[in-house]
Amino acid sequence: MSRPNAMLELDPTVVRKARSLARKAAAPVVKIAKSHTTVSVERATLRLAGLAGADHERVPWVNHLVTAVRDEVGLEHGVTTPVYDALLRGEAPDLTTLAQKAASGNVSFRLPAGREAAAAQRAAAKGVGVGLRTVDRSRATRDRLVKRHGDPKTKPWIYLIVATGDIYEDIPQAQAAAREGADVIAVIRSTGQSLLDYVPEGATREGFAGTYATQENFRLMRAALDDVSKELGRYVRLTNYASGLCMPEIAALAGMERLDMMLNDSMYGILFRDINPIRTFVDQRFSRQVHARAGIIINTGEDNYLTTADAVEAAHTVTVSQLLNERFAKEAGLEDWQLGLGHAFEINPEIPDSFRMELAHAMLARQLFPDAPLKWMPPTKHMTGDVFRGYLLDGFFNLVGAMTGQGILLVGMMTEAVVTPFLSDRDLALQNVRYVMNAAGGLTEDFHPPRDGFIQTRARQVLSEAVDLLERIVGDTDSAGDAPLLAAIADGTFGLMKRPATGGKGLDGVFERAAAYDNPAITSLDAWTPPAKGGRR
Amino acid sequence: MSALETSDAPQQGSIIRPYGDTTGDGMVQMSFTLPLPHDKKAEGAALQLARKMGLDPALLVHAKAMGPDFTFFVVYGSSTHLVNLDDVHVVEREYPLLTAKDANLAIKKHLRRKLVVVGACIGTDAHTVGIDAILNIKGFAGEKGLEYYREIKVVNLGAQVLVPDLVARARAEKADAVLVSQVVTQKDAHIHNTTQMSAAFREAYPSGQVPVLIAGGPRFEDGSEKALGVDRIFGRGTTPGEVASYLVHEMTQRKARKS
Repeated sequence: MSRPNAMLELDPTVVRKARSLARKAAAPVVKIAKSHTTVSVERATLRLAGLAGADHERVPWVNHLVTAVRDEVGLEHGVTTPVYDALLRGEAPDLTTLAQKAASGNVSFRLPAGREAAAAQRAAAKGVGVGLRTVDRSRATRDRLVKRHGDPKTKPWIYLIVATGDIYEDIPQAQAAAREGADVIAVIRSTGQSLLDYVPEGATREGFAGTYATQENFRLMRAALDDVSKELGRYVRLTNYASGLCMPEIAALAGMERLDMMLNDSMYGILFRDINPIRTFVDQRFSRQVHARAGIIINTGEDNYLTTADAVEAAHTVTVSQLLNERFAKEAGLEDWQLGLGHAFEINPEIPDSFRMELAHAMLARQLFPDAPLKWMPPTKHMTGDVFRGYLLDGFFNLVGAMTGQGILLVGMMTEAVVTPFLSDRDLALQNVRYVMNAAGGLTEDFHPPRDGFIQTRARQVLSEAVDLLERIVGDTDSAGDAPLLAAIADGTFGLMKRPATGGKGLDGVFERAAAYDNPAITSLDAWTPPAKGGRR
Repeated sequence: MSALETSDAPQQGSIIRPYGDTTGDGMVQMSFTLPLPHDKKAEGAALQLARKMGLDPALLVHAKAMGPDFTFFVVYGSSTHLVNLDDVHVVEREYPLLTAKDANLAIKKHLRRKLVVVGACIGTDAHTVGIDAILNIKGFAGEKGLEYYREIKVVNLGAQVLVPDLVARARAEKADAVLVSQVVTQKDAHIHNTTQMSAAFREAYPSGQVPVLIAGGPRFEDGSEKALGVDRIFGRGTTPGEVASYLVHEMTQRKARKS
C-alpha cells in the first residue's frame, strides 16, 4: 500500500493538538472503565473459562451464574473468585454443573479470604487462561492461513454484507459473495440483538433483518469461509458486531472462533441505542483488549453520525469520533493496522461541489490516520429508490475510495433503502467497484489537490472544527461532576442526542470494583503486549 | 395497432399505456434473474416470462451469467396491458398543506395550547431515519421537522421502544398524537408491531380519547389504516409539513366533533 504523501498540507501542530485533546478527553473515562465492571464483562470472563450452553428456556448458563453470584455476594470482587471458591469447596465438579445448581438456588457463594481467596484466584486464572490460549491459537491460525492462502491482491478490501436471518441461508450466500470477489463478509445481526442482555445459543434460523450472533453461528460461518478461502486461494475475512449490551461476550466468542473484524464503536451504543454510557465504556475497554489480543480489526461506526445529521455540517464530528476511537483503541492495546476507522459518503448529491467535499473529507481521514486501514461506507441517506441514480452515486463513492487509498470498502447497493439486495444487485455492485478500481485505481499517483485549493481548504476547515469541538468537550462540565466527555454526551454534544451517565439501558449491570476485585482475564489482558513486528504488514 | 388508435382519441384520454419514445408504444424495461446457467434455453425462458408478463414483442437486450447457476436479464418490450384511469382509486390528500407559520397559528387558535406529539420506533426496529426525518429539527427534503414548530411539543423516544412504555409516556405527556415508524418489514414485523401498538392504545384509553395514531414507513399498504387500527399511514417521501398539516386538520376535526 503506497502511503499517501502529505497531500493536504495540514498543519502538524493542529494535528498534534487534536490528538492530545482526544487523549485528554479519553483519560478520565478510561479511569472509570478501569474502576468498574459489568455483568457482561463477568459473563465474558466465564465464557473464556469455558462455560457455554443454556437452559431449556435458552437462558445461557453464564447469565445464571453471574446473576446468582451478584444476588448473593455482589460482583464488586469479580465473579470468578466466588465461583472458583465454590468449585474448590466441592459444590460442583465443573462450571456447567455449578451454573445449573446455582440456577435452582442449590449453591451458596461466599467471598473467601486469605489463603482460600488466593487458591480460588489461582484456579480462576488457570480456568480463564484456557480461553485466552484459544484466542491466541486462533490468531496464530489466522496468520498461518493468511500466509497459506494470501491476502487480497489489491486494496481496498471488498466488504459485502449478508443478512438473511438464517445461518444456513447465509452460508451459501457468503460463499457466493466470496466467489464473486468479496474479501470480507459481514453477517448483519438480527435487529434488536444489541439490546438483548444475553447471547443467544446455537445455530439460529430466525432473525429479523439479520442473523443472531452466536458462538455456533460464528463457528459455522468461519468454517464455511475457510473452505471457500482454500478454493479461491485468498483468505476471506469474517465480520460481526461487538456492540450492544453483550459487547464483551461477543468479543470473547469472536476471539475464540477466529472472527477477523468486529464492528466496535466507542460511543455508538450510547448515542444510537441509548445504552448507559458507563456500561458502554467499561464493556468497550474489555472488548477492545480482547480484540487487540485476538488480532481482530475493529470497524468504527462514524457513518452513523452522517446519517442522522447533515454530512457537511457534521463532517467534523466524524473526525472527532475517529480521534476518540483511535485513542480508546490504542489505550486498550490495539495497533494501527487494527483500526478500521469509519467514514461515509453521505453528502446530499444535490448540493454543489458535493463530490469535492467528499474527496476532501476522505483525504483528511486518510492523512490523519496513515497507518489505519479505514473503512469507507457507501451512501444510504440519499439513496432514494431511484436505483439508476443510486448506481451512479455508488460509482462516485467507489471513485473516492479509489482516489484516497481506503483499506476497506463496504460495497454500496443500488437497492439500498428499497429491498434486501437481490443476487443481481450484488453482482452489479461488484461490477461497479471493479470497473472503478480498474479504471481509476492508480489515480492516487496523479491526483494531488492544488495548494490552498478547494479540497485543502475544506479539509483544514473540518480539522479545525474538530479541534474546536474537542476543546468544547474537554472543557465540558455538569453538576454531577462527571468526566467532561460524559458531560458532553449528556448535554447533546454528539448528534443532538442527550445521554446522561445516570440513564440508558444496562445501568443496573454496572458495579464499581472493590479494592480486592480480581478478574484473571483483565489481569492477563492488561499485561499482554502485541507480538513483535514482522508477522504483520 | 387498435390500442394505439383508442388512446389517441380525445374522449378516451382515460386509457393509459407506458410511454417509451412515442405515444402509445407501451414500452417498458425490466430486469430479473433466473436460477439457470446462461445458455440459449435460459434466454428463451426469459423471453417466455416476459411475454407472460404482457410484453409483446419482448426484446432480450442483455443476458449475463452470474456464477454457474444464475443469469441476469434486461428485457425491453411493449406492454399489452391498458390502464383505465377511471378504475384507479387512490387516497387524495383531504386537507390543505400549511406552512409552519400557518400550522402554528391554527394550533394556537383551535387548541389554545401546544400540540403534543410523541414519536418512536417500536418493536425491534432500530431504523430511526423515518421518525427522525419527521420529528428532528433537521427535517427532511428541505423542510424543518416538527421540533421546529413553535406550537408543537415533540417527544422523540427513539428506537426499540416497547409498546407499554410508549403508551405510558403518551399518557404522561398527554399526547395529542402518537407517531410510530416502522422500516423493518421482514416477516411482516411492521404490521404486527403496528396492530399491537394500536390495540394497546385502545385498551389504555377511554373510547373516543385515544390520541391520533399515525404509522409511518415505506411498506405500509395504502388504505390499510382500518386493518392496522391507526388513523393515518404515511409512506415514503412524506415531509414534516404534510404530517403537521394532517395533525392540524385532524385535531380541528376532532374538536369540532366534540363541541
